[in-house]
Amino acid sequence: MKHLKALNNKARRIEDVADQSDQDFVALQQTTPPPRPHVPMGCTLSFSPGWEVDAGGGTAGLCQPVERDIYDCYVTCFWPVQVPDHVNYSPDWASNCASATKDWRNLDIVFP
Amino acid sequence: MNVLHRRDTSLAVRPYYHRSELHEFSADGHEFIYVVAAGAIFALDDAASAVLEQLKNKPMEHAELIAALVQQGHSKKDAEDLIRELLLVQVIVTENFVPEKPEAPPSDFPLQALVLNITNQCNLACTYCYEFGSDKIATPQGKKKFMTLETAKQSVDFLLEKSAQRKAVHITFFGGETLMNFRLLRDVVLFSEERAAQSGKAITFSLTTNATLLSDEIIEFLSEHQVGVTVSIDGPSDLQNKNRVFKNGKGSYDVIAPRLRKLIEKHKSRAITARVTLTDGVTDVTRIYRHLKDDIGFHEIGFAPVTSSEKQSYSINDTDMGDVLQEFRNLAKEWLSFALRNQMHGFSNVSETIGELTKGINKSHPCGAGLGLLGVSPSGDLSPCHRFTDADSHTLGNINTGIDSEKRSDFLSRGHIGTKYDCHTCWARPLCAGGCHHEAFVRYGDTGHANLHYCDWIREWTDACLKIYGVLALKNPGFLEKFSERKALS
Repeated sequence: MKHLKALNNKARRIEDVADQSDQDFVALQQTTPPPRPHVPMGCTLSFSPGWEVDAGGGTAGLCQPVERDIYDCYVTCFWPVQVPDHVNYSPDWASNCASATKDWRNLDIVFP
Repeated sequence: MNVLHRRDTSLAVRPYYHRSELHEFSADGHEFIYVVAAGAIFALDDAASAVLEQLKNKPMEHAELIAALVQQGHSKKDAEDLIRELLLVQVIVTENFVPEKPEAPPSDFPLQALVLNITNQCNLACTYCYEFGSDKIATPQGKKKFMTLETAKQSVDFLLEKSAQRKAVHITFFGGETLMNFRLLRDVVLFSEERAAQSGKAITFSLTTNATLLSDEIIEFLSEHQVGVTVSIDGPSDLQNKNRVFKNGKGSYDVIAPRLRKLIEKHKSRAITARVTLTDGVTDVTRIYRHLKDDIGFHEIGFAPVTSSEKQSYSINDTDMGDVLQEFRNLAKEWLSFALRNQMHGFSNVSETIGELTKGINKSHPCGAGLGLLGVSPSGDLSPCHRFTDADSHTLGNINTGIDSEKRSDFLSRGHIGTKYDCHTCWARPLCAGGCHHEAFVRYGDTGHANLHYCDWIREWTDACLKIYGVLALKNPGFLEKFSERKALS
């Protein structure tokens, strides 16, 4: 190194590494971007029942009604087909469900 | 479905250069930097200084920086080489740079030292004592007052076993007043030497004492077995007798002075060190140093302000701490002039810091407590260090049952620099790492709290030591080699 003089052990170790490097300044500009936080997708952040089936492959025997699943999609995911469309067809679908964790029993199947 | 798009930074064509986290300092007409993410120290030439000056107030794009350097008289090739060098060493960085944080040491970190609290009893009643004073955290009620030989032997075997591949281990005897249990100390030293020899390891010893009970027999033993001695002493008679008193209130100076002279005269196999506690009214560092070094003859003298919660009569106020810093600086100057003549000065606050700067350490934790070092109480309870002895709140297991790894890992994860957010913008963190766990607990109720009450002081003092280091590294680098292995030898 020409412009910096290493004065302690740590600096000398850096100097050794630097002296062995043949990277030019363009290569050195390409630092690894900082790690971003892991953001869980969609429903995993919210109160989610999981999308389950019972032992027989059906939904009849679940301890919680399948509507809960639908509610989860309605709140957190862009998944317009399977859930009641609160913009155009069923604007009041969740009106009895102020808090999903408490009021999910009030959700009902939508019959268009 | 949500999709997160990751920005592809390899396409970023015009990176801006920033200064990385640096502490700049100048001494004796030279410019230096302390690279905080590494703990590395470099001297700068004019060209490198000029780049940092350019980037002082704003980041610059590559072509812009080259143009500025060319204007200062560098050729384009030189300017590019200079930028390359600074990038390589990460003195300058591009936008996306995030320095690595010090990793947590492995959970099976091998033990290096044990502090055996061979008695929690003391024949003095120093007003500021952290073990007995108003800020005490120890809860010795109902526990053993003197360590038994059996517990001590178990501790020695524990140390040898848990030191894994280490070739050398260390035992410090502590109290209470250590010499109130000298018979045990002697037996432990003899036992340890035998055991260490069997296991092929080297073992060294030290003890801390108030010196009131030193006798010819004890001094001879300590010298023969190369036991390092640290004496807690506050200075000449008037200062020593202010706080370091017997239970009847009588000062201890006259009792210890003749014993100390004899100790220093007879015990030549290890350095004899004085450890001074600075309190309200006991801040005359220079006078204390002169007395202990020149009159009594200690080899090394170290100073530390008393640990206390905020409002104690003996706490030092900010004005006095400012004076202490100035006196430290004066003594440090003297240390440097000694070092330039290849002489070791006895002011160990400088020596310690210079030792750490020589290596360029970057601490994950402020000290080895709970890592390479553990304290053992008279009853065999393990603690992070001697300052937590007998404190139920901080027991890390027992010598019979081993280390409580859950508690130890809680202690260590609290104390890790990564969790001390206040420290993350401080350039002195590679050396300080938030400061003493015990002091943090006394002051803030949490061992993992940064010791914010002395941040400015630490930065000023570290800066002063860096300046000494810089001058010495340029003018007498050979002297610094003495410090490379200092910790291992002491």
